[in-house]
Amino acid sequence: MKKNYVVETIRKAQMVQLLVEGKRMDERALDQHRPLKIETGIIQKANGSARVTLGNTQVIAGVKIATGTPFPDTPDKGLLVVNAEILPMSSPYAEPGPPSEEAIELARVVDRGIRESEMVDLTKLCLIPGKSVVTVFVDCNIMNVDGNLFDATSYAVVSALRTAKMKKYIVKDDKVEATDDIVPVPVERTPVSVTMARIGDRLIVDPNAEEEASMDMRVTITTDDDGNVCASQKGEASTISPAHVLEAVDTSIKVGKEIRKMILEAVK
Amino acid sequence: MEGLRLENKKKKLIDDKGKRLDGRKWDELRPISLQVGLMKNADGSAYIEWGKNKIMAAVYGPKEVHPKHQVLPNRALLRCRYHMAPFSVDERKNPAPSRREIEISKVIREALVPAVIVEDYPRTAIEVWVEVLQSDGGSRVAGITAASLALADAGINMRDLVVGCSCGIIDDHVVADLDDTEDKEGSGDMPVAIMPNLGQVSLLQVDGIFTRDQFKKAFELAIEKGKQVYAMQREALTSKFFGGEPMSTEVEEVAE
Repeated sequence: MKKNYVVETIRKAQMVQLLVEGKRMDERALDQHRPLKIETGIIQKANGSARVTLGNTQVIAGVKIATGTPFPDTPDKGLLVVNAEILPMSSPYAEPGPPSEEAIELARVVDRGIRESEMVDLTKLCLIPGKSVVTVFVDCNIMNVDGNLFDATSYAVVSALRTAKMKKYIVKDDKVEATDDIVPVPVERTPVSVTMARIGDRLIVDPNAEEEASMDMRVTITTDDDGNVCASQKGEASTISPAHVLEAVDTSIKVGKEIRKMILEAVK
Repeated sequence: MEGLRLENKKKKLIDDKGKRLDGRKWDELRPISLQVGLMKNADGSAYIEWGKNKIMAAVYGPKEVHPKHQVLPNRALLRCRYHMAPFSVDERKNPAPSRREIEISKVIREALVPAVIVEDYPRTAIEVWVEVLQSDGGSRVAGITAASLALADAGINMRDLVVGCSCGIIDDHVVADLDDTEDKEGSGDMPVAIMPNLGQVSLLQVDGIFTRDQFKKAFELAIEKGKQVYAMQREALTSKFFGGEPMSTEVEEVAE
């Protein structure tokens, strides 16, 4: 979709020129994200939900919880699946159909951040080892595209999970029963993804659509509450220098702290 | 003892003497062998064995683009498919491309494109097929290492070779080149691909928890080990084209 978005050559030149001076077209600082709005509990039929608006990018995430069989290699862990769909309504360039490479990468990178940070304690979602576990599906609808789907989607998933509630399941005579008690999903951590784009030789945080259309390289780094890196992905057909990698890690830790505060405030 | 292990659930991956399960030191690579030009039909090919990984990479092109609407007027279109054979893993893998394979195909393509001088081949397609015949840990970096050799073997103009190495964390230690067990049991994995002469990184992925210091150490170790694999890449190329003799300065003197 990024390929289709057109930025006039003269505007791109202006963007690059401004970046040399450390400025951006929308007057943000290089490490400043767009206004972030997080609303939770917007879908009553979901176990948890969130709408994230990051600039003009908008994502809705919904959590659905049920029981199912575990994967054979993790018989004592619940199931967590993160999925993302770029809706045809989200952009003039989006099309219906099977998920594109872009959508698959998006879902997998977001999933990786949540999974590797051990945000959800999956061992607490095991009911009968090898037979029955709690399954947590987080589906994300991309409603409007204006760049940086990675972060917007990640914040939506984290916020939806942080506010998700489920029925308490008990095991009786080797059978799983749902009770009427409502308990929160066992959430331990708050991973925060920060995506940066390189235009010219500058790294900028939270690129919008026109910045993405002009970028050479994109890197997403997810950090956890202790400032550890838990997932990362470089994207686009270009390279990154070792110095920029380490700069990106530091920026992600710093910006991530700010955003974590906003997420925790929103899910209170 | 067995019961205790089950309770702890985690095997020890490094013993008290600092040796890993397969006897390697923390920064030691698995045995690697590379061969160039085994496939007859392909324009270029390379085969890599890296630990238990057995991967064949083949390149076709530059060739006509089909379907035509995908043509790029100013450069070549690089296509890449990373695929695992159904028999390459413990449990039979469904041969249809999984989401993981689609993502890996994308990151491999994006790791190779910066090295290929795509501007030299406008309106053409260059196809890179990476087939994992047996998989161990680190198959994507091994695949990239073979694929860039196959591109060079096909005579495609390139700025540099691309070489990968993965580093990770096991038992809270940074180690180089995780194998299958270490990948599954360890707590972090960081595949990195570099263009060694240009000093650029063309693939970077992380999953698992790294502190800031561990990240730096693993990242720098991956670059260092990548350079070691790069020497083997060069040797594999020269042994195909110069009969095993490394290029010597004498040849140049004769030319003068």
